[in-house]
Amino acid sequence: MMSENTWNLDPALESTAIVQLNTQYELYIDGKWQIPQSATYFPSVNPADESHLSQIAQANEADVDKAVKAARAAYQNVWSQLSGAERGKYLFRIARLMQEKSRELAVLETLDGGKPIRESRDIDIPLACNHFFYYAGWADKLEEAFPGQQMASLGVAAQITPWNFPLLMLAWKIAPALACGNTVVLKPAETTSLTALKFAEICQEAGLPAGVVNIVTGYGDTGAALVAHPDVDKIAFTGSTAVGKQIQRACIGTKKKLTLELGGKSANIILEDAPIDQAVEGVINAIFFNQGHVCCAGSRLFIQESIAHQVVEKLKFRLKSIYVGNPLDKNTDIGAINSKKQLETIHNYISVGLSEGAEMYQPDCKLPEKGYYCQPTLFLDVAQSSRIAQEEIFGPVLTVQTFRTIEEVIQKANNSPYGLAAGVWTANGARIFGLSSQLQAGVVWANTYNKFDPTSPFGGYKESGFGREGGRHGLSAYLQIKN
Amino acid sequence: MEILKTYKLYIGGQFPRTESGRTYPVRGANGNHVANACLGSRKDVRNAVQAARKAQSAWAVRSGFNRSQILYRIAEILEDRKAQFVSELISMGSSTADAQNEVQSSIDRCVYYAGWSDKYQALLSSVNPVATPHFNFSVPEAMGVVGVVSCQRTGLIGLISQILPVILGGNTIVVIANSDQPLGAISFAEVLATSDVPGGVVNILTGQIAELLPTLAGHMDVNALSLAYIDADLLKAAQEVAIDNLKRCSVYAEDFTLQTSQGLAFISTFQEIKTTWHPIEQLSGGGSGY
Repeated sequence: MMSENTWNLDPALESTAIVQLNTQYELYIDGKWQIPQSATYFPSVNPADESHLSQIAQANEADVDKAVKAARAAYQNVWSQLSGAERGKYLFRIARLMQEKSRELAVLETLDGGKPIRESRDIDIPLACNHFFYYAGWADKLEEAFPGQQMASLGVAAQITPWNFPLLMLAWKIAPALACGNTVVLKPAETTSLTALKFAEICQEAGLPAGVVNIVTGYGDTGAALVAHPDVDKIAFTGSTAVGKQIQRACIGTKKKLTLELGGKSANIILEDAPIDQAVEGVINAIFFNQGHVCCAGSRLFIQESIAHQVVEKLKFRLKSIYVGNPLDKNTDIGAINSKKQLETIHNYISVGLSEGAEMYQPDCKLPEKGYYCQPTLFLDVAQSSRIAQEEIFGPVLTVQTFRTIEEVIQKANNSPYGLAAGVWTANGARIFGLSSQLQAGVVWANTYNKFDPTSPFGGYKESGFGREGGRHGLSAYLQIKN
Repeated sequence: MEILKTYKLYIGGQFPRTESGRTYPVRGANGNHVANACLGSRKDVRNAVQAARKAQSAWAVRSGFNRSQILYRIAEILEDRKAQFVSELISMGSSTADAQNEVQSSIDRCVYYAGWSDKYQALLSSVNPVATPHFNFSVPEAMGVVGVVSCQRTGLIGLISQILPVILGGNTIVVIANSDQPLGAISFAEVLATSDVPGGVVNILTGQIAELLPTLAGHMDVNALSLAYIDADLLKAAQEVAIDNLKRCSVYAEDFTLQTSQGLAFISTFQEIKTTWHPIEQLSGGGSGY
């Protein structure tokens, strides 16, 4: 059994009893739950078993207008009048309430989005809480952040978040916006709205003044209405490059400040002197973390030729012990794909890879009968020009290429319209700096991968977007800074 | 008999005529014909972008100290040729006092930015105290090739104010000069060529913005744009084609003669921030870290 590297594990299911869900959620506007003027609701589905979780209000243009008006009034009358220290206190209070409810938020994130409970419990939710705690402390120190320059808040921030890290991305958006003195209207992704709605309850409980945070749920047209609203001063978007470009187009001729955190096709590079077992674990974490639904996923693996065979054999062996299944099971490594639509996209790319002639490897693993699941997948001997090596798949699919020289791998790694992240594995310290300084990427992980922290700026080069989230650099996305 | 100067383009450290073979007349305040300038073409834009890209990585890896020396050298040469720039500005319509002020401010601005070349890094960088045992730091890095439409209100100070903060950060640039007052731009190219600025770091084109800008703004090998004082429709069209490769666009409506039109923000706008992580081995009971 061990030689096959498959393990029979008893299920270790996290209880869902802690989650209090309403059967229906309204829009959170001006500190109140408001019935949508659209009079329309859409279902939220658990991707792990296709069960129905709740009904969610779908905001139309009139609802969005109402939310922006509430945010504007709160900005003018309340939030911009408060001192930084007072704003900070609200954010600290929110951070503490989130910590208190962290288990409920973690289970709900897993139910709504399909990610393994280990990840939502140990990564998503703690990082989201910490992000609020971190930016809370900046609220009264903005003058110290950019010495010699003048700064002011922007006004109303429109924020659109993706479905891969729902509450964490909300925290990345709302915490710095509020710390810098702005009010917000946030639209969460339609498949994962529930933790954002829980967050609205936390805002109420924290006594946050009405209208400072507004949550409008809905599909792409809700987001488009928010982007197009003339009384919005700032737009922050995390999502696909295609939609990011539409948003940039919609901002032309306006004074809206824009930051975009978009797609990626990040290179993960293993040099021949790397500690191989650590590198293999790093590759697994780089591509299979959160089912590969990660904009900075290390989805292009480059292995130096002399060790390629050895690394690929170890990877194949390691893949056999990856547990794909119920996201609530604490043994699960790869949970459910977020939606049926995304599963179709991934399957489509897998057939593209096969038709392009790449060699595919998938371990034998039994997938649950209900729900949306995908095996971890390797494609070997992938051509640089291949679509699966060029386009973002956003799933547990890794392409493997080899290289001989450092110059060759720099050229191949940078030969992408994206520039979000990169990984480098080598025991040679000088080479780490030599290589990382030449990789066109906003984040470089050396001998590690997929690490995040509120103090660490995150964001891309080239078509992966512009602006940074996190750290001191993340403040400038929400301030007007003048000489 | 006076020898009249031929104003050409500045591409890759050379002074070629436009490949199109066209010129246009430059006129003074009362409509008199001062000189001819090259009417640059779209092909000239593409050649200039190619030259800028070729020069970029070597320029970016020069030390901040070395770039600082080169920028200070620009100030020295400009000082040396002060009289020529003053008379050129006057010939294109400035009053004597304005021309003298503009040239003096331009020299001061060169000195100002020369001093920034090895200092902005320290102010834009950070070591980030992440909660896990990792060394994590963020540093600025040049965006790459920047396309510039230089200030259409001034003949020299705007040009210098848009070029220097961009190149001192390791970017290379392609500039479309002020169409009505292009002579200072080409004379400034002569200063650059004699100041040890490597060929291709700055490329200057003269001609019509409406003809040149769409090619520059749509070029897939240009990373960012710095656009000053252009017609609203042209600006919109440029911003639209710039989306194809998600160019970072900055629009300026500054009075570049003012002291406030210089500063760190003009540098940081054309820098990316790169964050690097590395694990820290935990020795003697886990006390290692930064």
